[in-house]
Amino acid sequence: MENNKLIDLVNISKSYGGNLILDELNLYIRENEFLTLLGPSGCGKTTTLRILGGFESPDIGQVIFNGQNITNLPPNHRQLNTVFQKYALFSHMTIAENIAFGLKIKKKSKAYIQDKINYALKLVNLDGYGNRYPNSLSGGQQQRIAIARAIVNEPKVLLLDEPLGALDLKLRQDMQYELVRLKNELGITFVYVTHDQEEALTMSDTIVVMNQGYIQQIGSPEKIYNEPENAFVADFIGDSNIIPGTMIEDRIVEILGARFACVDEGFGRNKPVDVVIRPEDVDLVAPEAGTIQGVVTSLIFKGVHYEMDVMANGYEWLVHSTDLVPVGTKVGIKVVPFDIQIMNKPESEDEEAVTIDE
Amino acid sequence: MNKKKWLATPYFIWSLAFILIPLGIIVYYGFTDKNGAFTLYNVMQITKPDNAKALGLALLLSIIATIICLILAYPLAMILSNMKMNQTGFIVLIFILPMWMNFLLRTLAWQTLLEKTGVINSILQFLHLPTLNIINTPYAIVLGMVYNFLPFMVLPIYNVLIKLDKDVVNASRDLGANEAQTFFKVIFPLSMPGVMSGVMMVFIPSLTTFVISTMLGGSKILLIGNVIEQEFTQGSNWHVGSGLSLVLMVFILFSMIVMFKYDKDGEGGALL
Repeated sequence: MENNKLIDLVNISKSYGGNLILDELNLYIRENEFLTLLGPSGCGKTTTLRILGGFESPDIGQVIFNGQNITNLPPNHRQLNTVFQKYALFSHMTIAENIAFGLKIKKKSKAYIQDKINYALKLVNLDGYGNRYPNSLSGGQQQRIAIARAIVNEPKVLLLDEPLGALDLKLRQDMQYELVRLKNELGITFVYVTHDQEEALTMSDTIVVMNQGYIQQIGSPEKIYNEPENAFVADFIGDSNIIPGTMIEDRIVEILGARFACVDEGFGRNKPVDVVIRPEDVDLVAPEAGTIQGVVTSLIFKGVHYEMDVMANGYEWLVHSTDLVPVGTKVGIKVVPFDIQIMNKPESEDEEAVTIDE
Repeated sequence: MNKKKWLATPYFIWSLAFILIPLGIIVYYGFTDKNGAFTLYNVMQITKPDNAKALGLALLLSIIATIICLILAYPLAMILSNMKMNQTGFIVLIFILPMWMNFLLRTLAWQTLLEKTGVINSILQFLHLPTLNIINTPYAIVLGMVYNFLPFMVLPIYNVLIKLDKDVVNASRDLGANEAQTFFKVIFPLSMPGVMSGVMMVFIPSLTTFVISTMLGGSKILLIGNVIEQEFTQGSNWHVGSGLSLVLMVFILFSMIVMFKYDKDGEGGALL
């Protein structure tokens, strides 16, 4: 992957009617990257995207695109295009006219426009739909037209605002692969906004986890999932057991009165920390073989795996396993050192964005 | 379904008694003579030069009034639709306020204002400015039409614009259109249904009015509405009055069909 910074968001702050939506946000986006802004509603991800698109302007801060300050440039002069959440197709135009809209404004030749329409319809697998009207298409088809309408303008960056939010599960999964294929075929940068962690993990090169106007963590999907930097990220991405503990020394952590071996170093001695253990990383073994012992208190069949709660040393552990362990069974809990993730406790109010009031 | 149908009974009786039966009576009178025999004489009265002239003038004045209303109403509707709810309340109020007053009184007020020795001219004279002589001219009639029917143009356009997805406008900007292009290629075509119902709600009452032309046009300027009214009240010839009413009704139906058709075109890509 190229490492050129394409977009640089510098110190962006934005508030609406006294509510701070973005607080001194700094973020850069590389060329050819699939970057996802992930967070719960109200975290500022959509506002960030709208600032990129030019539909909002930041109160403070700058948007740098290809080395140029475009903070106050209107949307029609920006080299990026947007796919809106509710498609925002022009209902009074045919599909072909929708796709041709941007090209006609740029006064491209008729032959060029026709070529582009055909190319774009093929690309989104909707060949032959050119003469129909948006309302006669399904949600998934409309979404693909919205993408086609944006990409014929050959933007440097495609902004996507929860484009799959309105689609049903199966279609959403299909569209995820479709989007990744499109991105690879087009070789342009995608900036994608979603609250769906699975979507983010599946498609992204880089995930930016946001909450209440702050960036919580930036990293690859693997890194975000396996090494969450704080409790919010751990909790938001997938299920997890977040247990307060004490770092006894390098590679040894004490939780719930028992000492576990881990791989983390450099936290100091006897330091309070948060410990994240993913439910699929908890191994249920015979009581005597476990680091701590507990009792299974609930069991739910989830399809791929069973979801169990295990009460051990006063904490209810969430456990995912393909093996069924009946309720009431005494079990031992074991965790491989590599699967234990240690996080610093939040030091300031700012870091603990979870508790900041609007 | 059937349980709820009976709720429409009062309205059904109402429309039967005051819409359908009167309409039948008008059709009967329109196509018969005094002896009750079938005739086209009443309908053909429209070809009499005076009557044709009155119809032509009514068409002309109501088209002009409709265009003026559209030009005044559209920007206002746009401004209102872009405002926050609590701000629109006040502006809509001062806009609708005159409508709470009786239609006849409002028109009468204009008569008083516009008279040769009326309020406006008294002020102009006092300021040594040239006086305004538009009372009893077509200008005064158009003014009366615009004043009375303007709200009926604003509201449907406002209703369409307020429902317009702001992201559709954003999408147009995003695809490279400037504000003017966005208006003419996206906002205006999408607001066509509102424009069309506004046009009909101004054009039809303007075309058929006789009160405005009587009060502001004096007795010199006759619109088709006045001609029909006189047939009923002064000439006491219900047959001719009904016949001319039917002709006017044909014009109204025709204009509605044209507008509905145009609206469909508007929905269906007038832009290619």
